[in-house]
Amino acid sequence: MSKPARSAKRMGDPGGGLAVFAVAYLLFLYVPVLLLPIFSFNDSIFTAFPLKGFTTKWYSQAFADDDMLRSLVASLQVGAIVAVASTILGLFGAKAVTRYRMPGQGAITGLIMLPLFVPEIVLGIALLILVNNLDLELSLITIGVGHVMLCTPFAMAVLTSRLDGFDKSLEEASMDLGESPWMTFWRVTFPLVAPGIVSSLLLTFIVSFDEFLLSFFLAGQQPTLPVFIWSQLKFPNKLPGVLALGSLILVSSCVLVVLAEWVRQLGTSERKVGVA
Amino acid sequence: MTALAWGFELAATAGQTTSTPGFFDRLRAFYLRSDAAKGYLLLSPVMIAMIGLLAAPLILLALYSFWTQVGLAVDTTPTVARYQEVFGKQSYIDIFLRSIGMSGIVTLVTVGLAYPMAYYVAFGVKKYKFIWLILLTIPFWTSYLLRAFSWKVILGYNGVINSSLMSAGVIQEPLGFLLYNQFAVVVTLAHAYAAFAILPIYVSLEKIDRTLLEAAADLGDGAWTRFWRVTFPLSLPGVIGAAVLIFVPTTGDYVTPALVGGPAGQMVANLIQVQFLKIGDWPLGSAMAISAMAGVAILVVFFVSAMQLAVRQIR
Repeated sequence: MSKPARSAKRMGDPGGGLAVFAVAYLLFLYVPVLLLPIFSFNDSIFTAFPLKGFTTKWYSQAFADDDMLRSLVASLQVGAIVAVASTILGLFGAKAVTRYRMPGQGAITGLIMLPLFVPEIVLGIALLILVNNLDLELSLITIGVGHVMLCTPFAMAVLTSRLDGFDKSLEEASMDLGESPWMTFWRVTFPLVAPGIVSSLLLTFIVSFDEFLLSFFLAGQQPTLPVFIWSQLKFPNKLPGVLALGSLILVSSCVLVVLAEWVRQLGTSERKVGVA
Repeated sequence: MTALAWGFELAATAGQTTSTPGFFDRLRAFYLRSDAAKGYLLLSPVMIAMIGLLAAPLILLALYSFWTQVGLAVDTTPTVARYQEVFGKQSYIDIFLRSIGMSGIVTLVTVGLAYPMAYYVAFGVKKYKFIWLILLTIPFWTSYLLRAFSWKVILGYNGVINSSLMSAGVIQEPLGFLLYNQFAVVVTLAHAYAAFAILPIYVSLEKIDRTLLEAAADLGDGAWTRFWRVTFPLSLPGVIGAAVLIFVPTTGDYVTPALVGGPAGQMVANLIQVQFLKIGDWPLGSAMAISAMAGVAILVVFFVSAMQLAVRQIR
């Protein structure tokens, strides 16, 4: 990039006009996300301008709701278990596709990534049919199992990009020096892959925690938080509570994503963003 | 039930190991020699999960579309009656066409807005590209349900836009045409799928060899010609990828039409949901889902081939 200014201009530099558009685009992306937190502190049941006054009562009201707390706990449990399960599946899978070459690899990767390309409604009804045919009862377990299917492609994508370019001679050196495969994994492979694993855990947790439609089809008596929020949207007087809850969810998602990206970049000199 | 047994047999054979000593020894020897075998072994957990939780359910869904709902049970005699029902009813066909039309508009709008944005990050931003990319992807990771809900708050009768315009004195009565129609669905989906458009286009722009542009400039091409003859054709793989990534899931979107669509903005997914959770005709719902997916797949194949043809024309 140390070329003279004239040459840089030639290479497609768009100039200032596009910068204005870029900022406007960012506003379009962020305003809807930021409005919920703004109204969650507004002392009115209506989401309208001008704002009335500052209050935190919607937050205390939301947290006084036992159903909300139960569904929050349910979502946290499902998210944690799903994150661990899909990351383990993704770790084995990513190791396989980056380390070995095998026939049919493209088709296999295609199948694993397929959930990203199939409308969620189709995944939801297909899983509902499966659960029904196995005579299983709808519960948090069926939700979790569905989420594992949905989250595994994300884990695979994150871990494959981390393992890509992994120097296998490091593992071979460890084996040559007499370490067992298991110890080699723990002392060589794992530390190198750890940032990818943490990042995968965080991102799959977010995907599971925010997932609505699959849970909507697979939920039994106990809803997850998004399903609970959906049921509250019908009642206008519950709106401020939803705003407060939604704001907390949005803020924590943002924090987790930034954390996940930051961890994922650790130890990689080349900074690249890879989503899904 | 038979279909299910078959699906799980499939899953079971994928992870099967027989424990006869001789066989096992030979397997072990084969394993140690073969890279592919090690690869398959490592892949087996995720493959079993995906076959059991993705392939088997989708096969079951396809089978259901050829069955008949009888009360609470299903009659498994194969029939195409469900498909005849789907294609024989004008209101279903209308909703199908409407979904495809709306998704087409969403795709155009989203890709059209994302292209300059991605171009700016690829060519305009010199420092902190990484920060821009993170900023553009964060909203994608936040709850989709809440983002769609936020648009309801913005566009509503007593919502953000109406109350702002009224307190500014621009309008006297709230505008009724903002929410509960196809416009609201298009805006909400264009916002929700922004990251799906920006990232593939950005990647394809970033990969373009800058010396090609210099060469074009040296040969006397102006900025605009350079863009159309070099940059744009080379970025088309990203544009095509983005278009497919947006068109396919938005055609089957449930949350947005349900929240902001109103009766006039309902889409295929809402129809399918009613069949499954309200009416209880699962085979009919399955036939709708399969028909919609097949229709979308055919359109995508047409679109991708047409775009590839167009690229050849430009060159």
